[in-house]
Amino acid sequence: MTAPAAPPAPTVTPRVLAPTARRGNRRSGALGLLAWVAGIAFCLPALWMLLTSLHSEPDAATNPPSILAPLTLDGYREFFSAGASPWPPLINSVTASLFSTLFVLVLALPAAYALSIRRVRKWTDVMFFFLSTKMLPVVAGLLPVYLFAKNVGMLDNVWLLVILYTSMNLPIAVWMMQSFLADVPVSIIEAAQMDGARLPAILFRVVAPIAAPGIAATALICFIFSWNELLFARVLTGVVAQTAPVYLTGFVTSQGLFLAQLCAASVVVSLPVLAAGFAAQDKLVQGLSLGAVK
Amino acid sequence: MSAPVGTPPQAPARPARSTDPAAPVRVRSRRARAWATRAPLMPALIFLIVVTQLPFVATLVISLFDWNSLDPDDRAFTGLSNYQSVATDAALRESVLTTVLLTVTVVIVSVVAGLLLALLLDRTFFGRGFVRTLLITPFLIVPVSAALLWKHALYNPEYGLLNGAWAWIAGIFGDSSPAQPEWTSQMPLAAVEIALIWQWTPFMMLILLAGLQSRPVDMMEAARLDGASPWQIFRYLTLPHLRRYLELGILLGSVYIVQNFDAVFTITSGGLGTANLPYTIYQTFYQAHEYGLASAAGVVVVLGTIVIATFALRVVSSLFNEEANRA
Repeated sequence: MTAPAAPPAPTVTPRVLAPTARRGNRRSGALGLLAWVAGIAFCLPALWMLLTSLHSEPDAATNPPSILAPLTLDGYREFFSAGASPWPPLINSVTASLFSTLFVLVLALPAAYALSIRRVRKWTDVMFFFLSTKMLPVVAGLLPVYLFAKNVGMLDNVWLLVILYTSMNLPIAVWMMQSFLADVPVSIIEAAQMDGARLPAILFRVVAPIAAPGIAATALICFIFSWNELLFARVLTGVVAQTAPVYLTGFVTSQGLFLAQLCAASVVVSLPVLAAGFAAQDKLVQGLSLGAVK
Repeated sequence: MSAPVGTPPQAPARPARSTDPAAPVRVRSRRARAWATRAPLMPALIFLIVVTQLPFVATLVISLFDWNSLDPDDRAFTGLSNYQSVATDAALRESVLTTVLLTVTVVIVSVVAGLLLALLLDRTFFGRGFVRTLLITPFLIVPVSAALLWKHALYNPEYGLLNGAWAWIAGIFGDSSPAQPEWTSQMPLAAVEIALIWQWTPFMMLILLAGLQSRPVDMMEAARLDGASPWQIFRYLTLPHLRRYLELGILLGSVYIVQNFDAVFTITSGGLGTANLPYTIYQTFYQAHEYGLASAAGVVVVLGTIVIATFALRVVSSLFNEEANRA
């Protein structure tokens, strides 16, 4: 009985909704356009950086700007052949970021296991202790770290940065991994335990493969924060262990024609972060909000 | 969070045997099991305590000494006199004010801008994913690079993009001598703030967009069918739902921006009234070598941050519990 009554309905509803729907479409089109304008406006300084890096030095420093000047890689060539080579700082940054990220994962995976799968008592208190260390300002612990490093001869040593960056990112990683590991089905872990697997095997052979996407996102976010860090690197390193951001601060007081080279340097140093950030885009919020927002 | 399944029974579930000699063994095995549960947590916990908590204790101790490293023989215990200096030092007091001003301005403007952008992105339109990527880009420029970009490529009075574009536009309208402000010297604090707002708006947008997308769809639909206007829906449904996401963005943003060093160091080198507390402390210890004074200022920053952090932790905890209860 209901079947014959149904067909007329679709013919009625469009007629009623049509005007509002059309008006809605136009407005939504305008808002979509506005979103595009906003997106491009926000990206403009970054695009300007890219464009300037591809101009010759005289073209980079004109007023009004010469947007259509011929493109060249001279800025990049200048940067890589500069008096103080950028390669050691870049390699230091890679070392500090990669190893600290690796140590963070090795420490955070078991910790997250104890906070989500086989939980310790008062696990929420432990979680918030981790988080609270992230809220304390870095600058307040800087001097003792400096004095310690000076006394044990670890000033200007990239491994000191590895240790500090590990501690800096550990709370974020624990929070993120805790929420990823909570999604691992317990039955699989129990099955592995039945088979007599011990904790390391369970962690690295069973849990890690299942939580791999989350662990990868955690790693990328830790990498970004380590790569960006300036204050520790500035105070604790010198000529030997300086990182890429410290190298960049050499441009702070620059004079003369250097804009294309500066922009080339900024692009090169930012590339790893852009790549990691776009790769982790979907999990970025979760990492930045310390896992509080999914 | 589907975690509760993973919660182990804390007490042994097996019925206890009534033989007395077994009791100590059982206690020991329970304790052993608790330690086995705790063991995976220990390396991370101990590492973090050693690397992040011990330095603060040291800072607290150093802050009680009169200690200038250029004058190492004069180190002496002075009690709270460094704190007195912090309270009476004009430069330090000014940097407290600068820190507050910088943090509040950057957080408020980037939250409002982030909310507007999140609302724009919370709808389907052509190329939405791409626009989102464009909007995230500022956040993914290394902070020092971003600060240098603003300082040299945008703010520079002679060849920076801002004045250059303005001269170009003015030229079109026949103005041959347009205003060419010296951004970083005429409005130093605003210059730092704008660069930071550019970087932090995407952060706020991401958090608020996540909040918008977690709105209960059926409730929004019901409101629309009941004839609620878009403004009413925003005011009475969206905004209350977003409240905690706004709080989270504001508080996390504050925690990060209070600590900002890169932008102040790069754009103005702390000059012209832009020295915030992290920069001033850095200078006090790195250039003036006043270890005791720098430590006291550091303790003051920690106390200030604890106030913000307590609120931040409460917000995170309420979101966290909500997630836990949803499962």
